[in-house]
Amino acid sequence: MEMQEFIKNFGAQFDETEMSEFTSTTKFRELDEWSSLNALAILNMVGKKYAVILKPEEMKATNTVQELFDLVKSKKN
Amino acid sequence: MNIFSLLGKTILVTGASSGIGRSIAVECSRMGANVIITGRNRERLSETFFMLEGENHQQYPCDLTIESDLLSLVELLPKLDGVVSNAGIAKPLVLQLAENEDVNEVMQINTLVPIHLTRLILQNKKLNKGASLVYISSINGNNCSSVGSSIYAASKSALTGFMKGVALELAPRGIRANCINPGMIETDIYKDASIGEEELEKDRMKYPLKRYGKPEEVAYTTVYLLSDATKWITGSSLLIDGGYTLL
Repeated sequence: MEMQEFIKNFGAQFDETEMSEFTSTTKFRELDEWSSLNALAILNMVGKKYAVILKPEEMKATNTVQELFDLVKSKKN
Repeated sequence: MNIFSLLGKTILVTGASSGIGRSIAVECSRMGANVIITGRNRERLSETFFMLEGENHQQYPCDLTIESDLLSLVELLPKLDGVVSNAGIAKPLVLQLAENEDVNEVMQINTLVPIHLTRLILQNKKLNKGASLVYISSINGNNCSSVGSSIYAASKSALTGFMKGVALELAPRGIRANCINPGMIETDIYKDASIGEEELEKDRMKYPLKRYGKPEEVAYTTVYLLSDATKWITGSSLLIDGGYTLL
């Protein structure tokens, strides 16, 4: 699993926020466009691209892209 | 004689290995029907089979999305007084991440299988006069929808449209067709999906009756539509949603 690709897949689930705004330290819950729809889209993306089924509770414990990346990576192993 | 009795009626139930389908099969047997059950999971289907009350029931483990399975099931069927098309899947998925195979899977199981099953049953003359066809649809797609369920909604409203055409075509033979539109029912249909217990609890509270439905509550409604109590009901969609779509 590679961070740059994860950031790309993550950012692709947003319409308003520029891709360049996404880094590993981005606090995604603080983005203006953040909504429950993005949350479901990200859960779906993680399922499709990384074959990891996350529950919303697990995702709720993460705030930055890095934290989510680490969670997905830990589930993959 | 109880007007809601299914005594002497032979009823086919699809998707009977779990959830709503299992409950429908059990309640039909309790009301005196001879029940024929199908489902993909052989082990769980046989669990349902042993829960059935009375004699003369049959079980056929098969995958109705496979044409040869569907054809051999229909060939084996006796004359039917009722068909409950219940087998279905739900897959919470935002449209932008859906792929061809996601769309095909949902449409095939929820819409195409009931269409082909009904068609083949008719073509093989397996329906008795006065039979009742019940399709388990959903509030989703018919009365409302929700985020991540556009494909599911399409599959269920297509099923409702199909039921209406069938109801009209078969009316001259006294054969009735109806849908049941349940709200969320406590089953394991979302067990593999990205939905957590916390989300489910919040969702339950959106229902005016403050809970999800129980599988047996959909089963009782199904028994009602299969029984002679509803001989003049055809082409209808029976809403069973704890008041959800009132809001």
